[in-house]
Amino acid sequence: MQKSLHIDANKCTGCLQCEMACSYENYGVFNIAKSRIKIFSFEHIGRKVPYTCTQCAEAWCMNACPVDAIRVDAGTGAKIVNEAICVGCKVCTIACPFGTVNYVAETGKVQKCDLCGGDPACASACPTGAITYVDADWTGLDKMRAWAGKTDSATRASA
Amino acid sequence: MAWTRKILRVDLSSGACKSEPLNMEWAQQYLGQRGLATKYFISEVDPKVDPLSAANKLIMTTGPLTGTPASTGGRYSVVTKGALTGAIACSNSGGYFGAELKFAGWDMIIFEGKSAKPVYLAIENDKAELKDAAHLWGKTVWQTEEIIKKSHQDPQTRVCSIGRAGENGVMYACIVNDLHRAAGRSGVGTVMGSKNLKAVAVRGTQGVSILKDAKAFMSAATAAKKVLADNAVTGQGLPTYGTQVLMNVINEMGALPTRNHRDSQFEDARKISAEAMVEKRPSDGKSHLVTNNACFGCTIACGRISRIDETHFSVVNKPEYWGASGGLEYEAAWALGAANGVGDLEALQYANLICNEDGFDPISFGATVGAAMELYEMGILTEKQIGMAAPFGSAKALCELAQMTARGEGFGKELGLGSARLCEKYGKPELSMGVKKQEFPAYDSRGIQGMGLAYATSNRGACHLRGYTVASEVLGIPVKTDPLVTEGKADLVKAFQDATAVFDSAGVCVFTTFAWTLADLQPQLDAACEGDWTMEKLAVVGERIWNMERQFNNAAGFTAKDDDLPPRLKTEPVKTGPAKGLVSGIDKMLPEYYQARGWDANGVPGKETLKRLGL
Repeated sequence: MQKSLHIDANKCTGCLQCEMACSYENYGVFNIAKSRIKIFSFEHIGRKVPYTCTQCAEAWCMNACPVDAIRVDAGTGAKIVNEAICVGCKVCTIACPFGTVNYVAETGKVQKCDLCGGDPACASACPTGAITYVDADWTGLDKMRAWAGKTDSATRASA
Repeated sequence: MAWTRKILRVDLSSGACKSEPLNMEWAQQYLGQRGLATKYFISEVDPKVDPLSAANKLIMTTGPLTGTPASTGGRYSVVTKGALTGAIACSNSGGYFGAELKFAGWDMIIFEGKSAKPVYLAIENDKAELKDAAHLWGKTVWQTEEIIKKSHQDPQTRVCSIGRAGENGVMYACIVNDLHRAAGRSGVGTVMGSKNLKAVAVRGTQGVSILKDAKAFMSAATAAKKVLADNAVTGQGLPTYGTQVLMNVINEMGALPTRNHRDSQFEDARKISAEAMVEKRPSDGKSHLVTNNACFGCTIACGRISRIDETHFSVVNKPEYWGASGGLEYEAAWALGAANGVGDLEALQYANLICNEDGFDPISFGATVGAAMELYEMGILTEKQIGMAAPFGSAKALCELAQMTARGEGFGKELGLGSARLCEKYGKPELSMGVKKQEFPAYDSRGIQGMGLAYATSNRGACHLRGYTVASEVLGIPVKTDPLVTEGKADLVKAFQDATAVFDSAGVCVFTTFAWTLADLQPQLDAACEGDWTMEKLAVVGERIWNMERQFNNAAGFTAKDDDLPPRLKTEPVKTGPAKGLVSGIDKMLPEYYQARGWDANGVPGKETLKRLGL
């Protein structure tokens, strides 16, 4: 089964445990400045939203890369940057419609979410279930279940 | 590493910013944050110093777990000699500022001297410089944060600042970070304002690495998070209802101080409780509460984000207050509400917003309004002096007085003195409900006896966060004790005070202690910090910090006479509820406490105690 990250922003409290987990997994340091997932806080409406790469099927970043540094991982479906090949031209950062590929000045390469090889550290670290790693074909399952639970059963109850 | 091993020393008089190595010997004795910064402070500052003079210093400090994934590991503290109290002050705040300071590579910033003109400190990793703040002076906390982020062209910059209250010398001004988190008590913002320091802006991209044993740390942190998640208070009560979960509980116990402690139960407690915050309002069909909110690294998320009723008289023509914002938390809801007899939830939120926006402590402010309302009802303060009718229960007076205090206008100037100075000025010092000039928080010493002792002996003046025996006396954590009796409270208070000093020095939030004991914190510290951090060592560190703070206060001129409660709590019995007929047994508990501490009858630590603690 192919899985994908699933975000439920309503559950996010803004604790940034995901950002620390991401940087630790990839760089061995607790440093939100190096996280590939970011939490955005919209103060005036009291909303926090986790945001990262959705691993597009037809990935703009991958198609735009002039040196084929971005490849699909067969196991997870993640689009992965091969740092040995990346030349830091940043064309992928322009191509990505969502801004989830970013240049790292320190290395001269780009970075993006690689799903941690199939066990995303952000999802494991999230204390509220705002970030989960679920069946890619059924990311709507929880929402369907919630609505199913609200379906009016008044007729049956009164019968 | 757990410590960055670097201190930033900022001489505001000369403008020099320089880096110094952290004293690692002290780090082994005082851990970090509250303990370590206090050690620096007392080693460098004369205890008799005028808090608002250039000779006072102000330290912003992180702990060894700040900026790590330890749950709630984002705290920072401000240590100084408090403007309100003249005692050692240590005010702790969450949000994101503390972790960012650590990520920039600093364990603490020591501010000394006084700037000739308004400045703010800008930090980008190793680089630190004082910048002109003429354009920020006179601005609110919220404006200051916005202007700095815009001018730095960096939305990821974190800011702490003072508002107009800190500039105007409100004696209980806070330092507010991330819009609505605050180093709130004892007037640390007043000290910052006296130095012409408006704000600190920090951007850190270096992170925290090389813990002593990162793998062991991750497994200890994960286990400790599970303890929080599985606990009824930290896993359910606080995330769902916030600290406001206490309003109805404490009221039912008859320990909710009401109308300046004249009463101990508030008839409108329900209207200002957590339960009321989630109900739909008739005016707009929305609930007051929008969502819960976490500080950096926190897996509890007790913070409240609320939206005020746009039709409420306080904001009807002020759309700038209609958005979601921080509050209400229990202590603020109590101080702005029950302490004044005001049962209007929206009015409390408005006053709370003003406290956040201009940086002053809602506990001290609310309690001072309560004292003023009592003086008004006694005819000592008149409508003309205050500028309005101000009887207990007046939501309108509360809202207007909040604005006036923020702006330093009219009677707001006098409220800015705090209740002790205000009541003294009008010849009724006994009506100030506090200890060491700092106002009580939300628990009546007559109905929760241990808290009376905790208030009387708190090193920073009356405070619930120095020894929160409510956990034991009300919630049964870690063991249930009877709130109505004095027996055993001396040892209980001492145990809470010492353990809390360790939590405050580690970089985590004291709210973890609803679920954690030192045994949950110890494996995290031991894996993160160089050295051998055993339970025994931590217990001594906590007691050492407490005694060190006490020594500073004694040298500053405090005596056993200052470890006392106002006469009202010792002579006027509780009128209603389970504590009916009781007064505080402070006079019985205090000598027992001194004995438990190894102090003499004057509250001075004995030679043996000091020797045992290495002081």
